[in-house]
Amino acid sequence: MSVEMVKNAVGRLVPTEINGKPAVPFKGVGKYKPEARKHAAKIAFCADFPIDGNKQVETLQEALIKAGLRDGMTISSHHHFRNGDLIAVQIFKIAQELGVKNLVWFPSAAFPCQEAIIEQLENGTIHHIEGSLNGPLGEFASQGKMSGTGVLRSHGGRYQAVQDGEVEIDIAVIAAPTADPFGNANGVNGPSACGLLGFALADSEYADKVIVVTDNLVPFPCLPWQIQGNNVDYVVEVEQVGIPERIVSGTTKITKSPDRLHIAEMTAQFCEEAGLIKDGFSFQAGAGGTSLSIGNFFGDIMRRKGIKARFARGGSNKYLVEMLEEGLIDYILDGQTFDMDGIRSMRENPNHVNTSPFTSYNYHGKGNFAGLIDIVILGATEVDVNFNANVVTHSDGKLLHGIGGWQNCLFGKNVILPVPLFRNRIPVICDEVTTICGPGELIDIIVTERGIAINPRRTDLIEQMKDSNLPIKTIVELKEEAERICGTPDKPKFSEEIISAVKWVDGTVIDVVKKIAGVAK
Amino acid sequence: MSRKSTTGNRGKGVSSDCYVELELTSGQGLQIEVKSKVQALFGRQIIALCEQVLGHFEIKNANLYLEDTGALDHVLAARVEAAIKQLIDTDKEFLLDVLPQNQHKTEKNKSRRSRLYLPGNTPKIALNAGVYGADGIILDLEDSVAPAKKFEAAIMVRNTLRSVDFYGAERMVRINQFPQGLDDLEFIVPHFVNLLLVPKCESAEQLEQINVRIKEISNRCGVKNPIHLMPILESAKGVLNALEIASSENVVALAIGLEDYTADLGVQRTDAGTESFFARTQLANVATAAGIQAIDSVFSDVSDMELLKKVVLESKMLGFNGMGCIHPRQIKVIHENYAPNDSEIETAKKIVNAFHIASEKGLGVVSLGTKMIDPPVVKRAQTTIEMAIDVGKLNSNWRDDYVS
Repeated sequence: MSVEMVKNAVGRLVPTEINGKPAVPFKGVGKYKPEARKHAAKIAFCADFPIDGNKQVETLQEALIKAGLRDGMTISSHHHFRNGDLIAVQIFKIAQELGVKNLVWFPSAAFPCQEAIIEQLENGTIHHIEGSLNGPLGEFASQGKMSGTGVLRSHGGRYQAVQDGEVEIDIAVIAAPTADPFGNANGVNGPSACGLLGFALADSEYADKVIVVTDNLVPFPCLPWQIQGNNVDYVVEVEQVGIPERIVSGTTKITKSPDRLHIAEMTAQFCEEAGLIKDGFSFQAGAGGTSLSIGNFFGDIMRRKGIKARFARGGSNKYLVEMLEEGLIDYILDGQTFDMDGIRSMRENPNHVNTSPFTSYNYHGKGNFAGLIDIVILGATEVDVNFNANVVTHSDGKLLHGIGGWQNCLFGKNVILPVPLFRNRIPVICDEVTTICGPGELIDIIVTERGIAINPRRTDLIEQMKDSNLPIKTIVELKEEAERICGTPDKPKFSEEIISAVKWVDGTVIDVVKKIAGVAK
Repeated sequence: MSRKSTTGNRGKGVSSDCYVELELTSGQGLQIEVKSKVQALFGRQIIALCEQVLGHFEIKNANLYLEDTGALDHVLAARVEAAIKQLIDTDKEFLLDVLPQNQHKTEKNKSRRSRLYLPGNTPKIALNAGVYGADGIILDLEDSVAPAKKFEAAIMVRNTLRSVDFYGAERMVRINQFPQGLDDLEFIVPHFVNLLLVPKCESAEQLEQINVRIKEISNRCGVKNPIHLMPILESAKGVLNALEIASSENVVALAIGLEDYTADLGVQRTDAGTESFFARTQLANVATAAGIQAIDSVFSDVSDMELLKKVVLESKMLGFNGMGCIHPRQIKVIHENYAPNDSEIETAKKIVNAFHIASEKGLGVVSLGTKMIDPPVVKRAQTTIEMAIDVGKLNSNWRDDYVS
């Protein structure tokens, strides 16, 4: 199979076809605007549904059969339970038992708890995954073992792909902590409460068939109804949909590492000196120990200055909730809850608001609020001297992380990547990133323990910080310092085989991940 | 001698380090197996370095197994050298180039508010130690190194002194207790150390022997930079002999170690510190008399910053100029609270301003109103100003708009 490769706007060679479907190379930020109407689900007739509103069926298997599960379908699921999801694995086990082949799994993200799905990837039940590939599934894909090509999208990019019909979901399975027999569902109530169901919103509106699975069936009406029963075909009651305690992962605790605390403190100091922390500002604090500590330091600064933030963009967690409750933040606009305090707050506090990728990130919306955020803190596995950054692969070429909301948040006003200069001898600042996930023009500040580099495009920040005591350096100086300490690494060797495409927020291909050379398929 | 040796660390929680097994063989050449976390990017270079080190010691037949968790060259080289030296007798050393910035000297009176202790045989912690802004960094060969690891630690500390940039922090080593510590000097003195901490120091005689050995090694190796000494008094006897210790050659500061001191007295160490009041005031008094610095013990609860602040303020009040840290988070609190307070800064500004006016007018004598100001008072005021600037309490160009 030879697919034509073309050079895209960031200079990467990308295929014009992925999994047999045409693909458009990245054309530059905000450049790709094909004319069309939005995709839509098939027209439904309420006459086809029980007049008493009871859509309950006995088992998930029965629901999948009734939904017409067959070879080649695209099945979607959400990741609000993070590492505590119990449903996705069951879907594909059932499909295997039914002898269904070549499915496409379209999760909003995958987690290590879904490792068992490797069995269905190996036996042909699943052809490929379109969604974040991390942990064991990333490792599996890195070895080139997946039949089809993976497609990595941001949370916003997933919404875009659903809205413009790039991905047509045949069956959406929505694990819901509370639902009624009509299919209305939410994430805040019930023994398995996971906060919200925003990642499943597009699936519920656009999929041909929608199955809601719950372990807390309540009589109509289930309120609030973030997922509306009017879009739902079947409701299944099961013993347990997810383990909320496993929503909390290691990356959602504040760091104790002196190195990371130091970087966090430098980041906060930079933001203060640059005049970014002012009354009514907004910030995004992601998961990860460093981001969480930065949020904490922001809190200290706000208390000292006697100011408030208008809103904070979640993933929410205990620390952000405490700031909301203390009155340091007017609102949390939350995309996902990262711990039990986040879930409780969303349930109890009207100022802790659930969002979906449509409100926050969608490329096909008439604007979205990512661009309104003053300070955005993100991670990266690598950053190059042109400020391009990588979040999906490690420097040795292994595919280990999803994109999440990372690409979407790059549209914030001041995008800061606090990263160590090197990890385990591997320079984080390098000549060229292994995989470009975000173009450097959208990345403003790199904070490392040994120096802070400001993107030359941000002449305003460079001017503002010219008398700072912080170690402001150029990105090239940082790269040279990293190599002075670590040595210059050899380049990893790749085969020609593409194991995954990386999409930009508009659906174009910004880069590809290739199989590491010398690994047998 | 044995034919097989092991060095280094592996297992859970270990990173930026390596574990080495070396076996000398007869025939078959060098068999090197490397298992590295950074195999794809540095595997080739690690093998090349191993070959270079083995070649330097003229080892032609050996099996070397190296398990790497992202160690830098100076760490890899130290581990392999230590493995070799357990098997063969040699005076050779495998030295990587010393960083130019690691060859700086330090002054007798430089500021020593904070000194950060690092276990000498844990290379990961040393990598970033310089970025936290401590006045000094101590590579420890004494209590933080297990007896069986002393030898490889000495080689690791030597390589660290040469290869790790501490970004201007004073480069210190705590040697082992006398007389074992004398053997450490060979690994340390030729490699641009600025200051040696001498633990459990009890007499001038001990320092005399250390100075003799330092001089001997310095002459042999052409060491030009001064090597300062900071004896640590950790016993009743040491505290009583403080003056003769403080008056010894090259001593720039006296430190106190309260864990051992209170153990020696057979009393509990308390937050209030009543039990060590005599020792601390004695030490501060003696240090002033000898014209050197008085340095306080470490504060061991790394999570209690409020109590640390209280301890530092009290330490400053007793006349100490600095203290030890065991966690980077302590550095800022220590610097801020040893820093002069507002009224001290105001007084210092008056004196320093008067000094500048006198210099500008070409006057030999500094006076403030009708009072003459002695040079040591000027010097102290200048130090106060420097400390205030360093912690951000004073702008460096404060004189531009100073109105006396």
